[in-house]
Amino acid sequence: MSDKLGVFICTGYGIGDALDIDTLEGVAGEYNADVCVTFEAVNADSLGSIRQQVADEGLNKVVIAGTSSRTYMAADLPQVDDLQFVNLLDWVVLTHNAEEADDEDEEQECIQEMADDQLRMAITRAQKAKPVELFPEHADLCKTILVVGGGIAGLTAAYEAAETGYEVVLVEKEAELGGFMAKLHRSVPMLPPYRELEDTGVAAKIAAIGGHASITVHKGTVIKSINGGPGLFDVTLDSGVEFRAGAIVQATGFTPLEPEGTLGYGENPDVITNVQFEEMACKGEFKRPSDGQPVKSVAFVQCGDSRNPLDFSYASAIMSLNALKQALYIREADEEARAFVFFEHLRTPGQHEDFYRRAQEDNGIFLTRGTVTHVEAGDPLTLDVKDTMLGDELQVEADLLVLNAGMLPRAADGEAIRNLVDSERIVEEGPGNAKFEECKVKVEDLAAHKGTEILHLDYRQGPDLPALKHGYPDSHFICFPYETRRTGIYAAGTVRSPMDSASAVEDAMGATLKAIQSVEMLSRGETVHPRAGDLAFPDFALMRCTQCKRCTEECPFGAINEDAKGTPEYQVTRCRRCGICFGACPERIVNFPDYSITAVAEAIKNVEVPDEWDERPRVLVLACENDAIPAMEAAGQHGLTFSSFVRIIPVRCLGAVNVVFIKEAISNGFDGVLLFGCKHGDDYQCHMIKGSELMQTRGGNIKEALEQMALENERVAIHDIEITDYETIPRVINEFMELIDEIGMNPFKGM
Amino acid sequence: MSQKTPYGKPILVIGGGIAGITAALEAAEVGCEVILVEKEAYLGGRVVKMNQYFPKLCPPTCGLEINNQRIRNNSRITVHTLAEVVRVSGSRGDFDVTIKVEPRYVKGAISKAHLDAVTSEVDDEFNDGMCKVKALRMPHDQAFPPLAVLDIDALSDGEQQALAAAEPQGSIDLEDQIRTLDVSVGAIILATGWRSYDVSKLDLLGADNADVITNLHLERLASRTGPTGGKILRPSDSAEPKRVAFVQCAGSRDVNHLPYCSGVCCMGSLKQARYVRERLPEAQVTIFYIDIRTIGRHEEFYYELLDDEKISFVKGKVARVEAGEGALALTVEDTLGGQLLEQNFDLVVLAAGVVPSWADAPIAGASPATDDYGFIVNPAERNGVYGVGCARRPTDVSRSVKDATAAVLRAIQDVRS
Repeated sequence: MSDKLGVFICTGYGIGDALDIDTLEGVAGEYNADVCVTFEAVNADSLGSIRQQVADEGLNKVVIAGTSSRTYMAADLPQVDDLQFVNLLDWVVLTHNAEEADDEDEEQECIQEMADDQLRMAITRAQKAKPVELFPEHADLCKTILVVGGGIAGLTAAYEAAETGYEVVLVEKEAELGGFMAKLHRSVPMLPPYRELEDTGVAAKIAAIGGHASITVHKGTVIKSINGGPGLFDVTLDSGVEFRAGAIVQATGFTPLEPEGTLGYGENPDVITNVQFEEMACKGEFKRPSDGQPVKSVAFVQCGDSRNPLDFSYASAIMSLNALKQALYIREADEEARAFVFFEHLRTPGQHEDFYRRAQEDNGIFLTRGTVTHVEAGDPLTLDVKDTMLGDELQVEADLLVLNAGMLPRAADGEAIRNLVDSERIVEEGPGNAKFEECKVKVEDLAAHKGTEILHLDYRQGPDLPALKHGYPDSHFICFPYETRRTGIYAAGTVRSPMDSASAVEDAMGATLKAIQSVEMLSRGETVHPRAGDLAFPDFALMRCTQCKRCTEECPFGAINEDAKGTPEYQVTRCRRCGICFGACPERIVNFPDYSITAVAEAIKNVEVPDEWDERPRVLVLACENDAIPAMEAAGQHGLTFSSFVRIIPVRCLGAVNVVFIKEAISNGFDGVLLFGCKHGDDYQCHMIKGSELMQTRGGNIKEALEQMALENERVAIHDIEITDYETIPRVINEFMELIDEIGMNPFKGM
Repeated sequence: MSQKTPYGKPILVIGGGIAGITAALEAAEVGCEVILVEKEAYLGGRVVKMNQYFPKLCPPTCGLEINNQRIRNNSRITVHTLAEVVRVSGSRGDFDVTIKVEPRYVKGAISKAHLDAVTSEVDDEFNDGMCKVKALRMPHDQAFPPLAVLDIDALSDGEQQALAAAEPQGSIDLEDQIRTLDVSVGAIILATGWRSYDVSKLDLLGADNADVITNLHLERLASRTGPTGGKILRPSDSAEPKRVAFVQCAGSRDVNHLPYCSGVCCMGSLKQARYVRERLPEAQVTIFYIDIRTIGRHEEFYYELLDDEKISFVKGKVARVEAGEGALALTVEDTLGGQLLEQNFDLVVLAAGVVPSWADAPIAGASPATDDYGFIVNPAERNGVYGVGCARRPTDVSRSVKDATAAVLRAIQDVRS
């Protein structure tokens, strides 16, 4: 079936006053649009009419030129093979004002040219788009949830997934389920009146799992390998068991820090950690380890202090609550006993304040802001305390000193492991390799990662989730805490972030929902967040692949493996459609049906570039559609204006910009290119993790290319634009136009 | 192996802040039908009015934009704005719900002609009444749904006629009426959020003074779309403040006001101190606190500020804020130094406590258990009604999002047929 194209031009909102609609219709005519009609307003009536015309005329490609795509709900739009928007209102009409120009007629022409070109580009992209087909594997995906770790988070994940109707396999490396929580005597209060210690609930959870028909438990074993991707994970355990899973919840918990050397820990037997104190509480026997005498007084301190912020920061999530809880243990066991809690800041957020209040009311619990600086062994121990509240130095005697130890995530850093393996290989090759010395240092630096694998994934990017700050495989997004860099694999509980047990239970439920959601979306052929619901996936024309490995290395989601030669092995169920592989490929062999190199390059080519003597330069703006484009639209709403010499192409991510777009622009006579992406670094805001950062690297290559063409490298500029930066965009564009004015027109214009 | 996942009745989400938006989206992307009810004219709740999130100091509208697109593209979500649930009956898996939708009068995108037809101004709700705004406007830059709001009562007859006549036609309907919808749902997620504690009840903290503002007001003052275009200025005379005080626990941890800790205000004030320092490099900032409660890895944010010579931390509860000569006099008992301090400031920011909105306006027929403070307590026995986010306890954005995601799992168990 041949394509039928409809162009719908909105004339309301001042568009018809600011632009010559006949000219725009003429542009549609240039491209042989089958239908070109105008409409006045974006509302139910006109959108209904557009849908009707699309159906009546059998249109399969549609361009809507008028207001922002953000003013339409998808359900109101026609269902066609490709739908493109031209934001005439915000990009052209509101951000340009001919009346204020020195030469009104001249500027009016320029504004019209901009509108015409934006329409040309959209029509070209629609014409070049191919219909989207679902990936064929979607129909046969497995929906079983694999839960790794049988502590409170893992038990919760397993039980809740099964209760929601999914098959579950739970793998626990210890001989028994329960994890750290099973070693606790009681939990801090979670229910009103938030004053009484509670049962941990672990035993009940283990019992519920044991009897559940949908849950298979493998204890005392670990994962040997996981091959494939979401919906297609082939899992092999050390015990030899093999099965397929759809998604994974990693709930591998934490390891308590051993505070060796702190306040005599390790030498003085009466200095113990909170973990050892829990053991005493579970037994119901509080005896001094040194002499077996009953404990009549206990001092609790935070392990680490402000001189060791890292340690402190780990522990601060639960440390205060833990100390108060354990103070109550000894008080409940023996009403004569005394508890001293020393702290810098007592942290009992929310309703936990009531628990704090209870401890304050207990005249056997002494809460003091202060730091224990020294412990003298003896019967009892003598503690030197610097009371920061009153500024005094005091001495306190106690039978036992309990250090509240920090938490370390039980995670492996997949990317570090991969880096180590690569470096080891080069070191083995010997000093002949140029990277030998560099890799030798890396092997030493990364030695601690050796043999730490947990999931044993067959991902090119490494066998586990990548760890971020402090070794946590956590999201860096505040608004999307379950964002994961490995589709279908979600960390939950204390492996992800230091937290208390109630938070770990909630976190496990959230992660389980995401795991279920990922298999459900994939089974409909959709990708998951942030391009949730996108059905189109890239095609790799491998016969032209040169094995440069850029796509396999740059994919932020580990979606592309390599064969022995380095040829990419794309795995559709891992893919998030960010387009970074598309942007990375120097051979341009990666293409989406609705976002192809040809379509964008042709769109750029279809911009009508006036010759040098017209003194109308052209600048191409490639802008992130999530942040820079809304900011640009806000600029218009706020009455700000920018040069009419720019031509705008929204992109899914700056990482999805192929260098060929820039070359195409320059060779088509554009005088410069502006790239608008998101902040990168530790506090990155790029929703594709590192698309914006990668463009910076590619930007270096572009500058080299420009220099080779004897062109000024200032002709290409990259800017970080936040969604609130609506004032910045016009300023950056206008300053760039001044720069182009200074350095002069592109000498390749018209060649 | 392929398992069937049948989803029956829709899930109702009440409240369109970050928790409610998240719950609606997560459920819809699994495959459930969702009805999202928000009382304001746009989604985004409290967070859309925030200048920046802690600890990344990034704009909330960035993530909200992604969420808006997810909603825009997901036909399983029905959003009702200017809407309230007025009655609930039934039980887990089978609730009958009545929703009242206020007239919006705006049916499509509006033009400059519409905007020009209206000149009357009203208090700007988006900026918490700190400035005036036209009675017809887009409530904010990234408003979703992308529709204007109209305060019809503020319009003169002439304005109404001019508005009705403005082109393009079809976008304004001045005859719009209240609608009542009856729907049947399987589970209800209460994401009703929070409001600030009424600081005028803290009679010694000087809340009636123009230069004593709440932490939420400072977010609007710092925002580019706020009343000062993002300049942090003293409200009384629009001068740049040189001495800024943050008063922690304004209402919180006080048995006479809010006995609980509001959980987020320490990080909130630390964040604000940081951007005040960035915007006003000469300003001296003092934070008065009882305990700095930066939980978990947020601790690092606190340590970074400790190194800033222009930020002082004083442990002590502020006793009084009074108007002095050209400045605000603040009295505090410095518990570390053990003395009564009096210091002058140009701007005082009260870190106002978090109050659950549910307590103000519970819904007839939906009666979840609550604690003494009005926070919803989710029972061990599933009842099909779940509180999330700040409806459950004072908490931050990330935890609200996790909480909302977790509640969707419970809700799906309820609606599965």
